[in-house]
Amino acid sequence: MRMAQPTIEKGLHMKKRWKVNQWRRAVVAAMGVALSVTMADSIAAGPPTSKVNTTGLAVTDDTVTVGILHSLTGTMAISETGAQEAEKLAIDQINAMGGVLGRQIKFIQEDGASDWPTFAEKAKKLLENDHVAAIMGCWTSASRKAVLPVLERDNGLLYYPTFYEGLEQSKNVIYTGQEATQQVFAGLDWVAKTKGAKTFYLIGSDYIWPRTTMKLARKYIETVLHGKIVGEEYAALGSTQFGSTINKIRLKKPDVIYAAVVGGSNVAWFKQLKAAGITGKKQTLLTLSVTEDEAHGIGGENLLGFYSAMKYFQSLDTAENKSFVAEFKKKWGADAPIGDVTQAAYEGPWIWKAAVEKAGSFDTDKVVKAEESGTITFDAPEGKVYLESNHHLKTRLRIGEWRADGQADIVYTSDYIMPNPFPKGY
Amino acid sequence: MNTFYTRWLGGRQGSMGIAILALLIFAIMPMWLDIFRLNLVGKYLTYAFAAVSLVMVWGYGGVLSLGQGVFFGLGGYCMAMFLKLEASDLTSTAHQTTPGIPDFMDWNQITQLPLFWEPFHSLTFTIIAIFVVPAIFAYIIGAAMFKRRVGGVYFSIITQAIASILTILIVGQQGYTGGINGITDLKTIHGWNINSSSAKYILYYFNGALLIGVIMVCRYVLSSKLGRLLLAMRDKEDRVRFSGYDVSNFKIFTFCLGAMISAIGGAMFTLQVGFMSPSFVGIVPSIEMVIFAAVGGRMSLIGAVFGTLLVNYGKTAFSESFPALWLFLMGALFIAVVMFFPNGLAGLYEQYGSRLAKLWQPLVRRFSKAPAAVVPPPADTPPSPPPVVRKLADKPVAAEPLPEEALRTRRPA
Amino acid sequence: MFGYSLSDLGSIVVMQGFSGLSLFSVLLLMALGLAIIFGQMGVINMAHGEFMTIGAYTIYMIGKVTEQYFPAFLPYYFFFAIAAAFAIAFIVGYLVEYLMIRHLYRRPLDTLLATWGLSLIMQQIFRSVFGGREVSPNLPDWLMGSWSVSDTIDIPINGMVVMVVTLVVTGGVVAFMFKSRWGLKVRATTQNRVMAGAVGINTNMVDRMTFAVGCGIAGIAGAAFTTIASTGPTSGSQYIVDTFLVVVFGGATSILGAVASAFSIAQAQSILTFFLTNAMGKVVTLLVVIGILMMKPEGLFASKVRK
Repeated sequence: MRMAQPTIEKGLHMKKRWKVNQWRRAVVAAMGVALSVTMADSIAAGPPTSKVNTTGLAVTDDTVTVGILHSLTGTMAISETGAQEAEKLAIDQINAMGGVLGRQIKFIQEDGASDWPTFAEKAKKLLENDHVAAIMGCWTSASRKAVLPVLERDNGLLYYPTFYEGLEQSKNVIYTGQEATQQVFAGLDWVAKTKGAKTFYLIGSDYIWPRTTMKLARKYIETVLHGKIVGEEYAALGSTQFGSTINKIRLKKPDVIYAAVVGGSNVAWFKQLKAAGITGKKQTLLTLSVTEDEAHGIGGENLLGFYSAMKYFQSLDTAENKSFVAEFKKKWGADAPIGDVTQAAYEGPWIWKAAVEKAGSFDTDKVVKAEESGTITFDAPEGKVYLESNHHLKTRLRIGEWRADGQADIVYTSDYIMPNPFPKGY
Repeated sequence: MNTFYTRWLGGRQGSMGIAILALLIFAIMPMWLDIFRLNLVGKYLTYAFAAVSLVMVWGYGGVLSLGQGVFFGLGGYCMAMFLKLEASDLTSTAHQTTPGIPDFMDWNQITQLPLFWEPFHSLTFTIIAIFVVPAIFAYIIGAAMFKRRVGGVYFSIITQAIASILTILIVGQQGYTGGINGITDLKTIHGWNINSSSAKYILYYFNGALLIGVIMVCRYVLSSKLGRLLLAMRDKEDRVRFSGYDVSNFKIFTFCLGAMISAIGGAMFTLQVGFMSPSFVGIVPSIEMVIFAAVGGRMSLIGAVFGTLLVNYGKTAFSESFPALWLFLMGALFIAVVMFFPNGLAGLYEQYGSRLAKLWQPLVRRFSKAPAAVVPPPADTPPSPPPVVRKLADKPVAAEPLPEEALRTRRPA
Repeated sequence: MFGYSLSDLGSIVVMQGFSGLSLFSVLLLMALGLAIIFGQMGVINMAHGEFMTIGAYTIYMIGKVTEQYFPAFLPYYFFFAIAAAFAIAFIVGYLVEYLMIRHLYRRPLDTLLATWGLSLIMQQIFRSVFGGREVSPNLPDWLMGSWSVSDTIDIPINGMVVMVVTLVVTGGVVAFMFKSRWGLKVRATTQNRVMAGAVGINTNMVDRMTFAVGCGIAGIAGAAFTTIASTGPTSGSQYIVDTFLVVVFGGATSILGAVASAFSIAQAQSILTFFLTNAMGKVVTLLVVIGILMMKPEGLFASKVRK
């Protein structure tokens, strides 16, 4: 601040003085406001890091880091792209609401490239190198099985969004997708009742989920429904040759084709079905692995009249779902398909947030304890879901009939089904 | 001692190469890297086994095998089967429908351990199998093809087909082999936990020692009469045949040796990484092993190791930050190595290393190689220095049969 | 036998025969291109599958453009798109030959590696331009569905269309090679390069055109491929091993050999996968092919060439 010139009148000097004083006052006031805002922030920012993070995770005073691990390339990309889009949407929404324990969520994304050893390697990197607080990821059971040993060794957390075969309950995983008894039994009941189905032809991709699911289905069909299995086949992941299978189906003429074909193979499967003249009008087909993501790639006209058994369809008519769909399309484009796994992936970060806040900490063991308390629920787009102490969600099953535009009409909604990953006698 | 020095270590230049490699593996890397990255380097060094085997089979033997993944996988699966059986003891598998068998068999509705798994309860058998099974495989393939004088391109395509067949078999027989997941969740070897940090260090050093041992064995083989014959066969097979040697036997031997070396790499891979899957057996990994050898210099054993380390380091570093860029780079690397650097890193070292050495003349005088004309080059270096490839010559360093020859067998038309 | 009645078996054979035919078409189109390239120049083109993918993506793009701007033409665009697939694959093949392949003649193993690198680069370009997910063109309606010959026999229409296209292309290639002036130059260069050059044939140009034509045919294979499956960046690598085996099995320089071996391999695989599982059918076919190759390494129809 320059000294006033000696020639300036006293009055002006006084005026300047007053101006300077006012300036000083303003600065002090501003500093005071800033200080109180900062203090308010850090008060609102939640418990100090030393309390919420005692296991060396990537947590600071105002951020927490999670990992996102999906296939962005390869045969599974068609299915997994939606899942990671949903997880990012959930993270954005949580951050807009103030974050978790007052901390904004940052994420590190890795590409599993549809290759299970890569999934294991990237999971290792996320846990051992980046020390993420949780991983939202995996789609196929193969990827989950590859990642599981890493999770258990490094005591990490995985939020797994896909419908899967059950027979697993790891302390380190929360399964936001349905397990087989929830997806398989109710669906088979429906098709037996409404379509009078007696004979079944089972077809799936060749890895653990379809094989285990069909094992469960076979037992259920033969013992509970008293039906007959006229054929069971598996095609390699990524395979596009379904000619022989379709010919066998034509010969055996099953009442229902029960399909668990996964990923890019779906496109070939349904296209070849249509080319062979097997359409929804003439043949009942119930699939466990076609969501809106796959329908987008297959083309609605190839799926017309076939059924999917899922817990969620984009066409679900509730307020929660409508706003979710609107938000999703705003972020990812009007064309972006939203399938069952996408919605389950959306649930992942929210459930993690609820568990962390209940536990008051990011430490894995404390979070797991909160999750197993059986009190965590979430108003998901599919409806209210309940996190059970066996790490699975209590949800409903729906059957959707595909339309030519790639959306499904919901023709059946079941009651809430308790998750039972270790069914007796199976 | 003299024999050991010249034949096992490779003379002055050879032993320097080994010394530098040993220094890098045993001293520099462990000091510089944390255990996570060191474990990754250990993994790369197992790929180096396959690259070294390719130097023998391709660089010196003259046959491009695009199926080294097969032998890598065979060794890896043998070890994985043993480890899996150990991890599937009755207590930890008590919740299964059939306790005592690996988990993937259980969920594939298999109720009894298949017969061919039984012998792998024993570590001795497993170690023998790691050597013998790939060798037998290689013998069958080699005998069937080399005796009929199938070579060159045909051989490569058939090895590719074999890699493809084995992958399909493994994936298709999910109950017996773990399918596309492979054999995962391996824990202990004879009670010793392979997943602890200390275990990782120990396995790393053991792996490094094995690698250097293998290189010395290869040096020995190459410095023997067989080595000279291999070089001669690679350049002019007919003359060697006319001189009375049975060319196919030497090729078979080299091929079997290469198979065993790759298998050791596979077994060490399983130990260090903790699982084995068919994605290391097929066409893509087999061709990647070729590129490791090509980048390092297909005629240089030490070069192969450096080539492996360099390419894998690039893969990890770039695929994390710039995944799209990495694939471009890798493709460009293939093309560049073939068109501009046929002798890889070792060739570059030969060309420019001596110039660099001149700059450090006083310091390096003790350690630099004598002028090529005075001392006959050890068996490991490339044959008499080729002209620097500024524009692509018609006759490259590794002379290959002309296309017309590649198209037909050596039988008279 | 196997629990099927005799008439059932008859239907099986007919239907499997036809499903074998769509595989046969794709394999033959790929093998034709490769046989020409391999036979002519001894070049192993590991990127051949990627040229097929170029053709497939071309169909996809033209389908999209037609859908958006000329919806009236939707039923007709397919044949135009096939021609475009050929043209684009031809141009890319021409460029590749000029930039890279011509430096690598007489080094078949090196071309193998270099073209593998090229295939990686092309796959990544596809990934960057079209995304990692698989895409499908909007095929015209008349191409979908099937023709019911009888109660148990349904013949897919796209299979028949693709068969016709394949026959036309094969006929074209045979006419090209054996009836045209250009084909004469190509055959002369294959049989005796030095003499061909001596009588005034521009062997470099012949090589370039041959390579480009081979790649163009792979582009048409891509068009056939879009009718049976979706296209992704790595679709080409599915068929490359089979194609090589077909070429080698048939005798590398013979077109008749390529036809015969593609037919036998496709049908064998198709029939075997019916009675065995998918994986075992493929494995047995490949093993038999390799076994036969070990007996007769020149392939089925080896042509005798003078050095």
